[in-house]
Amino acid sequence: MNNIFSTELKKLYSVFTQMGDAVSKQIEQATESYINHDKVAAQNLVQQDNSINGNEVDLEKQALTLMTLQQPVADDFRNVITILKASSDLERIGDHATGIALETIRVKGSHRNKEIETNIASLTNMIRDMLKVALTAFQDIDLKQAQAVANQDQDVDAKFDEIRNNITDAIRKDPAVAEAGASYLMVTKLLERIGDRIVNLAEEMVYNQTGEIVELNQGRLHPND
Amino acid sequence: MTALLSTKDVHLAYGKKEALHGIDLDFADHSITALIGPSGCGKSTFLRCLNRMNDLIPHTTITGSFQFHEQDIYAPTTNLVELRKQIGMVFQQPNPFPFSVYENVTYGLKLAGHNDRKFLDEQVERALKQAAIWDEVKDNLNKNAMSFSGGQQQRICIARLLAVQPDIILLDEPTSALDPISSAQIETTLMALKNEYCIIIVTHNLQQASRIADRTAFMLNGNLIEYDLTSKMFTKPVMQDTSDYLNGKFG
Repeated sequence: MNNIFSTELKKLYSVFTQMGDAVSKQIEQATESYINHDKVAAQNLVQQDNSINGNEVDLEKQALTLMTLQQPVADDFRNVITILKASSDLERIGDHATGIALETIRVKGSHRNKEIETNIASLTNMIRDMLKVALTAFQDIDLKQAQAVANQDQDVDAKFDEIRNNITDAIRKDPAVAEAGASYLMVTKLLERIGDRIVNLAEEMVYNQTGEIVELNQGRLHPND
Repeated sequence: MTALLSTKDVHLAYGKKEALHGIDLDFADHSITALIGPSGCGKSTFLRCLNRMNDLIPHTTITGSFQFHEQDIYAPTTNLVELRKQIGMVFQQPNPFPFSVYENVTYGLKLAGHNDRKFLDEQVERALKQAAIWDEVKDNLNKNAMSFSGGQQQRICIARLLAVQPDIILLDEPTSALDPISSAQIETTLMALKNEYCIIIVTHNLQQASRIADRTAFMLNGNLIEYDLTSKMFTKPVMQDTSDYLNGKFG
């Protein structure tokens, strides 16, 4: 029995799960601070991101050591590769959350738009749900849920378009919203990118179970799609 | 896959104890096939069936079909010397004859009645070059083959086999007695040889199988568990037993 590998792999998975929880919380807090205009909370978050980046580096080191010393193949190999790729996606999701927190600190101007902020809050909820389902699917090895998460990304893309139109309309009506508008657009784009990273997690899940490299992100074929 | 050698329902029993329980395996020309599995799984036993090396073991019963060039290897009319010329074997321990390199490589040819010096010289050079040992022995062809290193001896043995122009080369753990550098040289030699021969190798070194074999067969307790392209087998095997064995979880 190759117990060394199994023990080390369990450790990796547990660090990965912790990292997933931390990133989930990070998104939650970042989006909340943005919606509530809470610059203090945002400032705290920016400082926390370093620890998530550190987690990712540790995980990467451990995974590479495991691959070099234990030379896993077949499903053991896919397990390590999956964690390696998924942790890099989580780390990037964390970076985007930090981006949202930075935007919270940066945003100036009292000319806000209630409708846009409500829409951003709703996009935020979509993203939070997606990440939660994706991480649970990861733990439960649930390919159906992984596929479902990937499909939800289309709704995210549609919401992104809607908000972008909201912003253009609002600025057109009242140019004083322009400053806040730029910030809205930035945050919406970051949320949309987080959605894409969550789809990556689903793809990695599929690779882990089937050995197939798939593209679950429906993407866009045309800029106006 | 077009099979050069095709085996079906191969059973082998030592007395009443059955060691192979019905193996179906096809081997393609111009390729390397690795047979892997834990000790006692029957892989060497199976390999030795392919050029009838088990014939000499008393109370051995072998059934099943072994088609090679549309002939049955076990047909009563099969000429064993001719068969082993076409299907040669390299063993775990290098076993050169205690003669010179030249005499080793020409041994089979002389046995087949070739005595023309020029022809023999040409064949020695060709075989030693193919076995990637020419540069190391060309100035010492009259030196005793046993005086070379283990890895060199093994390549001299491969050259001895290539001299008689076989179709299939069987190798039974050919590098397990060698250091990593000599093993790597044998692997490189085999990779070059597969362009002209059908190579079947039994190995305990799984990385070796993954590095050089086009196809890999995994055997366990006298059964063939899985047979597939090596790239598929080492990334997404169908059977859990295969994955467990490849990852050292048993065996």
